[in-house]
Amino acid sequence: MVEATTISPKFECRNPREIRNPSRDGLWSALGFEPPAASHCMSERENIFGRIREALRLTAPQPGLHDAAPRSGKRVTDLLPAVGRSFDENVALFHKNAVELKAEFRLLSSAEELRVTLANLRDADGWTRAASHSGQLTDAACQALGLPVLLTDTAFDKIELEKCPVGITECDALVAQTGSVVVTNRSAGGRALSVLPPHHVVLARRDQLVAGLPEAFALLKARYGADYPSMLSFITGPSRTGDIERILVLGAHGPKKLTIFCL
Amino acid sequence: MTVTLFIPCFIDLFYPQVGVAMVKILEKLGHRVACPEAPACCGQPAFNTGYWHESRAVAAKVLEQFKDAEVIVIASGSCGAMMKVFYPDLFAGTPHAQLAKTVSAKCYEFSQFLVEKLGVTDLGARFPHKVTYHDGCHSLREMHIHDAPRKLMASVRGLELIEMQQAVCCGFGGTFSAKFPMISTAMGEVKCDLALDTTAEYIVSSDSSCLMHIQGLIDRQRKPLKTLHLAEILAPS
Amino acid sequence: MSTAAVQFKRDARRLSADRRHREIINTALNKYAVKRDEKKALFQDWEGARQLAAEIKWEAVNHLDRYLEQFVRGLEARGTQVHWASTAQQARDLIVGIARSRNARSIVKSKAMTAEEIHLNEALEKAGFEVVESDLGEFIVQLREEAPYHIVFPAMHLTRGEIRETFEKKLHDAPSDEPEELTMVARRVLRQKYLQADVGITGANFAVAETGMISITENEGNARLTAALPKTMITLLGIEKVIPRLEDLALLLPMLATVGAGQLISGYNTMYGGPRQAGETDGPEEFHVVLLDHNRTALLADAEQRDSLHCIRCGACLNVCPIYRNVGGHTYGTTYPGPIGGVITPNLRGLQDWKHLSYASSLCGACTEACPVKIDLAHHLLQNRRNASQQKPSLWQKIAFKLFAPVANCRVLWILVTKLGRLGQKLHPLVLGKPFDPAYVWTKTRDLPPVAQQSFKEWWRQRP
Repeated sequence: MVEATTISPKFECRNPREIRNPSRDGLWSALGFEPPAASHCMSERENIFGRIREALRLTAPQPGLHDAAPRSGKRVTDLLPAVGRSFDENVALFHKNAVELKAEFRLLSSAEELRVTLANLRDADGWTRAASHSGQLTDAACQALGLPVLLTDTAFDKIELEKCPVGITECDALVAQTGSVVVTNRSAGGRALSVLPPHHVVLARRDQLVAGLPEAFALLKARYGADYPSMLSFITGPSRTGDIERILVLGAHGPKKLTIFCL
Repeated sequence: MTVTLFIPCFIDLFYPQVGVAMVKILEKLGHRVACPEAPACCGQPAFNTGYWHESRAVAAKVLEQFKDAEVIVIASGSCGAMMKVFYPDLFAGTPHAQLAKTVSAKCYEFSQFLVEKLGVTDLGARFPHKVTYHDGCHSLREMHIHDAPRKLMASVRGLELIEMQQAVCCGFGGTFSAKFPMISTAMGEVKCDLALDTTAEYIVSSDSSCLMHIQGLIDRQRKPLKTLHLAEILAPS
Repeated sequence: MSTAAVQFKRDARRLSADRRHREIINTALNKYAVKRDEKKALFQDWEGARQLAAEIKWEAVNHLDRYLEQFVRGLEARGTQVHWASTAQQARDLIVGIARSRNARSIVKSKAMTAEEIHLNEALEKAGFEVVESDLGEFIVQLREEAPYHIVFPAMHLTRGEIRETFEKKLHDAPSDEPEELTMVARRVLRQKYLQADVGITGANFAVAETGMISITENEGNARLTAALPKTMITLLGIEKVIPRLEDLALLLPMLATVGAGQLISGYNTMYGGPRQAGETDGPEEFHVVLLDHNRTALLADAEQRDSLHCIRCGACLNVCPIYRNVGGHTYGTTYPGPIGGVITPNLRGLQDWKHLSYASSLCGACTEACPVKIDLAHHLLQNRRNASQQKPSLWQKIAFKLFAPVANCRVLWILVTKLGRLGQKLHPLVLGKPFDPAYVWTKTRDLPPVAQQSFKEWWRQRP
């Protein structure tokens, strides 16, 4: 616990507050002020900031004082789970994580192999149409599929998107540490494309693999820092729930299948 | 050295053999034992209930009686936590503030004292039984005692220690056991189930207050378990 | 005792004795504990991570004005409309107002404890909107008209059979009690709701000051859909959710997932900074963020307990609390159960009315140990007890403790107590187990130990 000297006023002398009625007027009275007259939104902002500044005039105890562990001074990278030191190690780590999460991950050696793999997938799953966005990898993929494609680069009907069995997107990064795919609405064709269709296929390049979460956030900052897209998302595995008896079920709302192809 | 023992109320009245065992162990190790007649209580019940002023009335007597002690050994982890960890907070901003810190610095729980201060782990004891160990919550999480009792038990001949699956509160919690008896009982039952799962014959602890509650349940529900304080196992016969 | 205290004691008494309930909760939480420990072990330095996480939240909360201002500036720069609510009523009015101004009829919601806190759903329904919870667990308890049982696992207390019955009754669609099939039923129903909804309401786990974004953590993808499809998006969050930098999420997201659900990271962690921007082809036309105080500034003013605002709502403390594990989430009768609930509820809703939650703890400290942001939970419970007793002492307890002091401190009086204790114990069998037994609270379920024939002090006194 805490020494009284770091807090003012001291334990015994404090006036305990009774928050009887969590209304604004009650709160004002409790703090010893006359409740102000009815105010508009801007004034509410000022009220809140006023209370915050008043509250912060007292210093709180330093964090973790009550807990034995000392400041480690380590960087986040040294606290989080270990990552690989080479591309091969990180690819293996990503693969391991992805599989554990029930996502499919394939490292492909050529554009041709991607074309063949996609065509096989199309036939195996019986796709009659697809949804995607414009991009170097996705353009080639859509061409290879030879199916009608709903592109989200221009205005589209979400009802039509809902009918597509697969959404094919690119991404910003793959994170080895967690098996995550990093997308934004700029790199992956909007907000809905990567989450509405029941199968999400991600096309990535080898140079997009990063070791850990700190690197992924640094990448986003470097790439978009001047002008962020309105959505950044870390996707880890297909959609899942354990809400019924803690039994894992995939495809609760988002995609039931997540397939990641890395060229 | 001269070891000043603090014997809490429940040990005095219900489990004097625990205090006797501690005196015998310390004297066998060549130390002189002192034990002030009063007070009988560290002040924790009032403190835990929020009546700090009334708690201070009791705790101040402890400070007074123990202020000149060379070292203070407390026969219970929960009272130990009160004196070592909470006395400085209880007396902060009062005239006793400095004394509370001084006394606190001299406090040890019994098993902690043997192992960490005296460096003793082998008392030549023998207890050929299967045993599981209950860590009192204040011992474990306020005083950070975990290894000391285990080191002591490792040297007891014939003793087989089997750990419970989880280190969970037994449900005593002092006044909690009286304020919320049904929750307290349920927690005690969970504890007994964990102990039974280990197939141990004895639940051993450094906290007689916990054992009082567990034994009370064992007796009422006629469970095939017995409780014992660690000092009783270590004492020379 | 307050009404809330009476209800708590009554429910706690009933559920503590309910072995089936105990079994269900413990099975669920033991499964979680295995996964949590696995993921904790993956961290190179879990304790170091806790310390850094505590420092990050400390920095944010103790400079709340600065970071909140930065957060709002970033949001507004991208066209987000930011609203401020000091009270629950104001927040409800604001959100109803936004929905009305957008001519909404149906609203889809993703999980938001803050919305529970202000009873948003009732207000929206009263105002004539259809509100659908999209998180599966919340969806189930909404159908059952129950409160969520746990802040992370709302339907933890239900068996598949009970859920099947609910779906049969309310949706007329329950092919079996297989979790997979039940989930698909919910998916089918909710998919249509996403597509039709005019307004999507979400909560937020974090508010990133540096980049002006909210961050939402989930596994199902329902929040992603809520933020993608409806024309209007409203996010409600408490002012204390602020963190300084985007990169702080690199630490906080895996910690939240590890202790919250036993996962290294949750399925979807998404940051939103504004409505649909120029050049974007989907997303809400309007994005509103409602910032809620609701007595958080009062907690902030209590410097001793300010760290309770560090809470990232992970549920770790609930999961280890032996009281929670025995009485369950509904018993508390509040939005936030368990240890964190015991700490903040008396301060947010009334100390005298809710102090029983701070007393309903054995102070075992497992919560303090489990908290990823190092909130000093167990000690705050003690402080609440102190504050409540100082403010309104209970006469009989005060007298009892006052009388105890001289008895405990005086050699002669203690000798008397020892002798009386032995006598009392001889007479005790006459009243044992009966309601007027003075030790009834103990003897109802437990035997009392015998007072020793010779107390320690008596033995000590007669030594040479």
